[in-house]
Amino acid sequence: MKLKGINVEAIRKDFPILKRKINGKSLIYFDNAATSQKPRQVINAISKYYSLYNANIHRTIHKLGVEATEAYENVRDKVVKFINAKHREEVLFVRNTTEAINLVAYSWGRANISKGDTILLTEMEHHSNIIPWQLLAKEKSANLKYIGITDDGFLKDDEIKEYLDNHPKILAITHVSNVLGTINPIKEIVRYAHKNGVIVLVDGAQSVPHMPVNVQDLDCDFLAFSSHKMLGPTGVGILYGKRELLENMEPFQGGGDMIKEVHLNYAKWNDLPWKFEAGTANIADVIGFGAAIDYLNKIGMENVRAHEVDLTSYALNKMSEIENLKIYGPIDVNYRCGVISFNIGNIHPHDVATILDSEGIAIRSGHHCAQPLMERLNVPAVNRASFYIYNTKEEIDIMVNVLKEIKEVFKI
Amino acid sequence: MSIYREKVIDHYKNPRNFGKLDNPDIEVKESNPLCGDDIELYIKLNTNGSVADVKFSGKGCALSIAAASVLTEIISGKKLKELKRLNKKDIIKALDLPDPGPTRIECLLLPIKALKLGLTEYLKREVSNSKS
Ligand SMILES: Cc1ncc(COP(=O)(O)O)c(C=O)c1O
Repeated sequence: MKLKGINVEAIRKDFPILKRKINGKSLIYFDNAATSQKPRQVINAISKYYSLYNANIHRTIHKLGVEATEAYENVRDKVVKFINAKHREEVLFVRNTTEAINLVAYSWGRANISKGDTILLTEMEHHSNIIPWQLLAKEKSANLKYIGITDDGFLKDDEIKEYLDNHPKILAITHVSNVLGTINPIKEIVRYAHKNGVIVLVDGAQSVPHMPVNVQDLDCDFLAFSSHKMLGPTGVGILYGKRELLENMEPFQGGGDMIKEVHLNYAKWNDLPWKFEAGTANIADVIGFGAAIDYLNKIGMENVRAHEVDLTSYALNKMSEIENLKIYGPIDVNYRCGVISFNIGNIHPHDVATILDSEGIAIRSGHHCAQPLMERLNVPAVNRASFYIYNTKEEIDIMVNVLKEIKEVFKI
Repeated sequence: MSIYREKVIDHYKNPRNFGKLDNPDIEVKESNPLCGDDIELYIKLNTNGSVADVKFSGKGCALSIAAASVLTEIISGKKLKELKRLNKKDIIKALDLPDPGPTRIECLLLPIKALKLGLTEYLKREVSNSKS
């Protein structure tokens, strides 16, 4: 596919927040892995819903309800297309990635994990892909096992094979590490896992916003991701699951909308996907998420990825020129996303982040909800700069200059 | 760059009274789980209840280390009563700082929190010792 490139200048005009001054300086937002900024198209879609057709969805006869239901369900179709799901029943609206993973650990996990079974994870998981499994393992007396990582930030190939050969029940694995930026070879891993009869859940929180992701091509069984990291509002997440699996799972939460009929002593569950969408949905934000998907589609996910590869290789080059600056994760941009974690000498990341903030530059510092990974890297915390479609090389230059100044202030 | 003035960097790079004391009257550790910083304070008292010697150790960001370092200077020779009255303003003044803002104030407070905790534990021990 030929890349048409992206017009960053035009894109920046769509993001009202980018006009903000922080401490008198233009905002440079490099905390996209935590949450992205929102274009006016998304903000407007939410405000339009509330101003023009706010109503509860499903089972509504009146005009507003019909419009709201249509808008809400339309977004499901957009998501189906965006990740190339086979059926619309396979796309569930939840609150975020965390809730999507908890849903699987609860509904699939309780029915399928028993005493002595193994749940396979990796050392680079976010806490939200660790804790739900820890809870499940504790309840069921199951075992947790972790695929280790190499010093340059890749999963250990031999351990992937060895641990999958031992037939765990499920592998829950991140597509892209939110600290190292590593892109894991999910397609190959899924193929190997399926040979061994292992179900695979992919945490797509850091991949779906930044590159084309095709669930039929990956052939994963579950995929979880969050709207707020891909230009959309907070409060919306997606769980994709293969239809056969979802059909055989019990509901996650009970309540309105997830039932077909209710009697005093029993109830019949609604069809997919509504079986898993109990209670009034987050209608406004789902509609906002639809606008975010439209926005990304207009740019093209291939172009999003290409822009980030360009920025990331530029930043890696510039940053590696700084003496005493250590970068974590793969150096080859073909295997990493636009997430760069680093430390400068032994300067505490909070000091680095504070000084960058005083120059209007927003990065993140800390353990990034990945404490087991921090232990593996043998650091208490790291700084993380992460990029998106509205970032520029000029912004990277400004950050690199401040990083150099920080070294001077700290005399290292 | 505003809060990283000369004085902070100086105390961070050359912390005063860094180390440990044998048989201290007060020995206390306080940590900030958010950033993984921890500060240990060791204090020896004179018979009249004033600080005879103080040392600190631990790891942390420039602000928490500088705050601990300057705190040891502030409390040297002071009476226990005076220690109880210390607060963040004393640290901010001693380090010549502007307002550090809500996210970083915890770092400055960590050594004071350690001191207060140590004092409380020490006074409790004294009371129970005098009773027995
Ligand atoms: C890899 C990864 N997984 C899961 C999450 C959790 O996402 P959310 O907080 O939206 O549930 C994040 C977000 O920080 C992440 O980076």
